[in-house]
Amino acid sequence: MGAGHVHRLYLDRASPVHRLPPHCKLVAVLAFVLLVVATPRERMWAFAAYAVLLAAVAAVARIPFGTVVRRTAIEVPFVAFALLMPFVATGEKTTVLGLWLSESGLWSAWDILAKGTLGVVASILLAATTEPRLLLLGLDRLRMPQLLTQIATFMLRYGDVVAAELGRMRVARASRGFEARDVRATGVLAKSVGALFLRSYERGERVHLAMVSRGYDGRMPLLDDVGATAGQWSAAALLPAAALLVAAGAWMGI
Amino acid sequence: MHVPNGFIDAPVSVGAGLVAAAGVAVALRGARRELDDRTAPLAGLTAAFVFAAQMLNFPVASGTSGHLLGGALAAILVGPYTGVLCVSVVLLVQALLFADGGVSALGVNIVLMAIVTVLAGYGLFRGLLKVLPKNRAAVTGASFAAALVSVPASAAAFTLIYALGGTADVPIGGLATAMLGVHVLIGIGEALITAVTVSSVLRVRPDLVYGARELIGRPELRVQAPVPAQA
Repeated sequence: MGAGHVHRLYLDRASPVHRLPPHCKLVAVLAFVLLVVATPRERMWAFAAYAVLLAAVAAVARIPFGTVVRRTAIEVPFVAFALLMPFVATGEKTTVLGLWLSESGLWSAWDILAKGTLGVVASILLAATTEPRLLLLGLDRLRMPQLLTQIATFMLRYGDVVAAELGRMRVARASRGFEARDVRATGVLAKSVGALFLRSYERGERVHLAMVSRGYDGRMPLLDDVGATAGQWSAAALLPAAALLVAAGAWMGI
Repeated sequence: MHVPNGFIDAPVSVGAGLVAAAGVAVALRGARRELDDRTAPLAGLTAAFVFAAQMLNFPVASGTSGHLLGGALAAILVGPYTGVLCVSVVLLVQALLFADGGVSALGVNIVLMAIVTVLAGYGLFRGLLKVLPKNRAAVTGASFAAALVSVPASAAAFTLIYALGGTADVPIGGLATAMLGVHVLIGIGEALITAVTVSSVLRVRPDLVYGARELIGRPELRVQAPVPAQA
């Protein structure tokens, strides 16, 4: 409870990327990712160029390389899926290192790995340079329905509280000698989930009453507004603009 | 497992994004009916709950474990519209903050994991409750069936989207068989967890199980003379 209110994914630095308004960064990341996805997979150089662009952003934002690499671990399940592709896909077969593999499957594996990794790194950079609270404010500025951003705000604000509740339940179970070994533990664990739901929902009821007693009328007061100047928009547009050049080159078949 | 960027091609991703936006818009209207001005805090805390519950690992057998997806559970506990909103918000936050699931594939993920699971799961749940006797065992059984069906339904929808915009030429028939096979197994786990969870909530606060709120009233307060302690 005494911990700071800065999210652990956010890396506080004084950099131009950190200072950009959140909605500009959101639009830039979305445009970048869509361009990457739309790039033909045969143009391998294009993906290398995208990676260089992201590395440049990371350097400007002073996000350490190691941090980014460590956080890409989130895509491990998909790497496994991608590695299966050459074995299950149909089409012409080739021999690679003595293995009988599908050629189109190899391309697919490359496709998933390259595009997936670029997308993951783009999201990691976004989360590392933007406070979660500001990200939601950015979504609000992009005309996302207020109710949705409010729900997301509450989820972020209480996510750690609910997770800590789950942690205390785990300690309570462990201190009573419980150990989840196999499927027979389901009953106990699912009862914890049920209790967690009740505690979360009842906390929601209390939060609502506390808000009503402070004058809540269905809208959240806007505490800090984040406007964007033309200069900031164009700074944020650098990444997707460079990506557009790469993508255009790839489509024209360089 | 969340669909990452580049798994589904750009046109189909954008199309799924539009479907997801329409679905979420309908859910927003419906959730206001379910919860009125309590929507934001209650749906927010339920989303936090779904997010935390997904972190709890259930051991299956030697070393392997699975976790809850929560679409059917959220729909049964807080209602279908709020359920869609909660799972969608969880997916949004996971994509933006944790890079789990691609930003361009967010529409696909919302359609698969929020809309399809809730429609299939909650639809079956309500259908079963119409024919089953009105008691706790029936609600538990219906939750089991709802969660069991919601996971393979989502896998089937994934296969369909993949057939439209997949980037690898994997034979669709084989993919469908493999996806459904694996997800029926996952569905059994999901069903077990969902059923026990719903049953335990029913025991304590039956009024909080939205899907069964008119079947089971609040337990009445019974006052008994204290039993003298046995020495």
